[in-house]
Formats: sequence, structure tokens, C-alpha cells
Amino acid sequence: MTSHAMTPALTLADASAEQGPLGAVASFLRAWPEMWPSLWLATLDTVYMVWWASVFSVLVGLPLGVLLVATDRGGLVPAPFVRALLSAIVNIGRSLPFIVLMVAVLALTRFLVGTTLGPTAAIVPLSIGAIPFFARLVETALREVDRGVVEAAHAMGTRRITIVGKVMLPEALPGLIAGLVMTVVTLISYSAMAGAIGGGGLGDLAIREGYQRFNDHYLWATVILLIVVVQVVQSLGDLWVRRLARR
Amino acid sequence: MIDAVGLHKVYRLKKRRVTALNGVDLRVEPGEIYGVVGQSGAGKSTLLRTVNLLERPDAGTVRVAGEDLTSLRGAGLRSARRRIGMVHQHFALLASRTVAGNVAFPLEVAGAGRAERRARVGELLELVGLADKARAHPSQLSGGQKQRVGIARALASRPDVLLSDEATSALDPATTDSILALLRRLRDELGLTILLITHEMDVIKRICDSAAIMEEGEFRESGRVLDLIGTPGSLLARSLFPLPDRGGPDTVVVTYPRSYDEPLMSELTRRFDVDVNILGGGVEQVAGQSVGRLIVDLRGARRAQALSYLAEHGLLVEEAGQ
Ligand SMILES: Nc1ncnc2c1ncn2[C@@H]1O[C@H](COP(=O)(O)OP(=O)(O)O)[C@@H](O)[C@H]1O
Ligand SMILES: [Mg+2]
Repeated sequence: MTSHAMTPALTLADASAEQGPLGAVASFLRAWPEMWPSLWLATLDTVYMVWWASVFSVLVGLPLGVLLVATDRGGLVPAPFVRALLSAIVNIGRSLPFIVLMVAVLALTRFLVGTTLGPTAAIVPLSIGAIPFFARLVETALREVDRGVVEAAHAMGTRRITIVGKVMLPEALPGLIAGLVMTVVTLISYSAMAGAIGGGGLGDLAIREGYQRFNDHYLWATVILLIVVVQVVQSLGDLWVRRLARR
Repeated sequence: MIDAVGLHKVYRLKKRRVTALNGVDLRVEPGEIYGVVGQSGAGKSTLLRTVNLLERPDAGTVRVAGEDLTSLRGAGLRSARRRIGMVHQHFALLASRTVAGNVAFPLEVAGAGRAERRARVGELLELVGLADKARAHPSQLSGGQKQRVGIARALASRPDVLLSDEATSALDPATTDSILALLRRLRDELGLTILLITHEMDVIKRICDSAAIMEEGEFRESGRVLDLIGTPGSLLARSLFPLPDRGGPDTVVVTYPRSYDEPLMSELTRRFDVDVNILGGGVEQVAGQSVGRLIVDLRGARRAQALSYLAEHGLLVEEAGQ
């Protein structure tokens, strides 16, 4: 990281030498090789945070979404009180702005990870922010499943747990994948916010180098990389959903 | 095979209560095709769903193949349901599975091994004439093909009883014909007992041995189709053979509850010297018999004798004038 201390001075000098928008682009491109090592490391940090937060969102959000549907009236295990409770918890999680949630769970993060700084620490608030988000999307996807198909499964003497595993989840798969993609994209944007309190990754780099040191090149570069990451995730997700929908 | 007694079911909604079943008794003999017909909202689906306990009746008992389903819960009920196949109006196939996968579903649920599933699925698709569609997805099939898959799936666990909820209502007439023919063939070949509900009189006419007319959660009449047609004042006869609503004091409605070889009407004019003027009517194949209903003006001095002659030959004669 120390090698970058000189970067701002260099690029600032270059920028002043060339005028106009074309000149700005040219100097940005010339600064790129210099910036690349730190950009690459920051991208890896972002991917690392988002990957693990996505894993935890699925591990917790998927069962939570299933429970929201199953405990509803006319569901597999109607339990209005349990549903109201789960729904309230999810709503609280959904209504907190992510930046507030991050600060609010600092104590938990320190307890679980031992520090509140760095990408690993950021996984905690990211997961907590994304779990209720994904759970609602799971709920919506499961509600789209044809009730007639669930009823047919009952008529065939299917156990409820089997109905979840062999009917509801497979039937809702395209919707679940679309929800997962939306969650990952949201996590990428959250992860950039996590940079604001030292979470690491592209957001962190944008704030340290771009904002605090007035280096526009870093700002542009992180914006471009964030766009690329989101595009890759979205395209892969769309491809997957389309393959499923063709059946 | 199906013996349901005293079925009551009330749906309690927020503001009002809907009585869907109001004391229904239903008896379906082994190997019989029994049709329940009625308008939308009459309670037909509720009745059908009560037979496999998808809907638990508020009162009454349901026995299928001698077993009291109303006393069962949990695993016992699930295994009883596997002996009752069900076919749905909108097919209820899994979009996430192929045709073969759909038919295999009940076998998986019942814990059949892979080899057994594969063999049985092949057999069933052959039976319903879809052997070449095993790897297709439901979205690639026509309505009639989807319903054939639904039927194959319903038969997978070798049930004694097949329940059909408007299986042909989403299909065009030609496809309806082929599905009804398939159901009858399955009854003949497998000895299946079929309980079907429909809002189409045509279905009753084509394949049912027995029928019930349902209105507002009650059976208005029920029994063997031919017996019902031969019963005075039968709603079923009236629905199967709609007659023009005209006629004077001499008008009678004559019902032929079975096939006749003798030319009864010309016999009538010859023997009793009456004038017969046919105002309307029809003859149809019902339960394998040529059944007809005519509305005629019958005039002459010996009108009364002529009418008793018809009655002696097993025809049902009803005065339409008064
Ligand atoms: N799950 C339910 N909840 C409330 N009311 C219902 C439910 N199912 C059916 N009903 C009502 O019960 C009556 C009978 O319905 P149904 O058995 O579906 O009739 P059909 O199949 O003859 O059209 C209707 O008035 C319907 O609105
Ligand atoms: Mg219905």
C-alpha cells in the first residue's frame, strides 16, 4: 500500500499538463497501470465480502423465506403468530438504512470477528443486511408457485417437507435465482458503503484515495470496476434464469 | 368402493359462512364411473376434495375401499391417499420436471427405487399414448397431452379409485372426446372406479354409469343414469334432453329409457287410431343405450289406451299440458 503514496502527485501533475476532456481520458489511461495493483486487490476484497455475505444470505434467508410462506394462512404449517413475528423481524431489518445497520451491529461484529475493520468484519453487517432482503424475495418467488401443484402433491400423499424440497423450491427456481442475483447486486453496492467505515474493497479505495486525497482517477476506476462486477453478475444470472425458463 | 355418509362442510369467511356441503351421501360401486354434475359453486370440488380428505368434512364419514379415511391422520392418511389418484382441471403438472419426471413423482414419494420407477413410467406413458414424449417438458405439450400426463401420474401408484375434477373442462371438444374415451378404457382395462365432477351434461351422457345432480351443497337426485332417466320428473332427463316449452292439453312427454327395436309410434297410430304430432325431442347414446325423449301431441278417442300401451312397453309417459 505504501507504494501508492506518490500516485496522487504524479497524476495531478499529468492532468495539469493536458487540457480538455480528451486530455483527462488520456491521463486517466496513463495512470491505470499505476493504479491497477491496488484496484485488483480491492476488487478481490469486494468479491470476497460479497461472496461470503451471499452464502450466508442464502443459508439463512432461504429457510426464513420458506417459513414466511409455510406459516401463512393456508400454508403448509399455518402459524399466524410465528409468521407475524418473523415478518416483523424481517421488516425491521429491511427498514434500517445499511449505513445505520453497519454502525448498529459494530459490537456484534467485534464479538464474532474480533475487529470491526477489514473485509472479513464487513461480512457481518453485509449478511445481516441482505438476509431479510433475500428472505422477502424468496417469499415472493414461492408465492408464485401454482397452488394447484402443491395441492396435487398433497393428494399424492406427499410429506410437507418433501413438498418444500421437491415441489415448491424447484418450481420457484427461476424466481429464486433472479432474487439471488438482485441480492448479490445489492450486496455489491452495500459493500462499497462498507468501505466508508473501513470495510476494505473498492468502496474503501474510492473513499481513501479518491475522496480523501482528491484523486479523481481512483474514483473513476472504482466506478468502472463496480459497474463491470455488477454487469458480470447480472449477465450470468440472466443467462441462468433464461436457461431455466426455456424448460 | 366409495361410501360417504352425511357430509357437511361450511367455510367460515370473515363476514359470512358458505355451506359447501349440506348433508351429502355418496355411494360409488366398484368399477363404476360416477359423475357429479352441477353449476359452478354447487360444491362439487369440495365434495371431491373431501373424498381424499384434502378437505376435512365438518361432519360425516368417508370410506374408500372399506377404510374410514376420516379417522386417519398423518402417515396413515398419506398412504391412503396414494391409493386414490386425482386428475385436475388445470393439470397441476410440475413445470420443473419432464413428462417422465412428473409421472415418476408419486413413485418417488412412495419410495420406489430407480429401476422400478423407470419401468413403471414407461408402462404408464405407453398406456396413455405418450411414450414418445417422456423427455418433453409440460410447456411443450398440448392441453390434451398434459391431461394424459396427469392421468398417467394419477395411476402411477396403482390406485383403486380415480378422482377427476373437471378433467376435460379446459379442453376443446375433440380432445375432450379422446380423454373421456381414455378414462372409459382405463375403467374397462384396469377395473378402476372413477368419480368425476363436471358442469357439462355431455360428460355424464358419454361415460357415466351413475350420476348425481348437485345444487347448493346437496344432491337433488342420484342413481344409475338410465334409472334416473326413467324416473318421472327427472332433472337429469330434462337436462340431457332439453325440450321445447310448448304444448296444449293433449301434449305428452315420452321417454325411452333404453333401446327399442319395435317402431312404437307407428304401432300406436295403427292400433289406437290416434294422431301423433312430434313437437320436438332427441335420441342419444347414453350409458351404451339409445335413449330418447320426445314431446308429442297425441289426439284421438282412444288416447288413454294409447298412453297405457306405451307405459306397458316400459316408456315413461308424462302429461306436459297441465
Ligand atoms: N377454500 C374455500 N374457502 C372459502 N370458500 C370456499 C372455498 N372453497 C370453496 N368455497 C365456496 O364453497 C362453495 C362451493 O365451491 P366448490 O366446491 O368449488 O364448487 P364447484 O366446484 O361446484 O364450483 C362456493 O360458494 C365457493 O365459493
Ligand atoms: Mg369446481
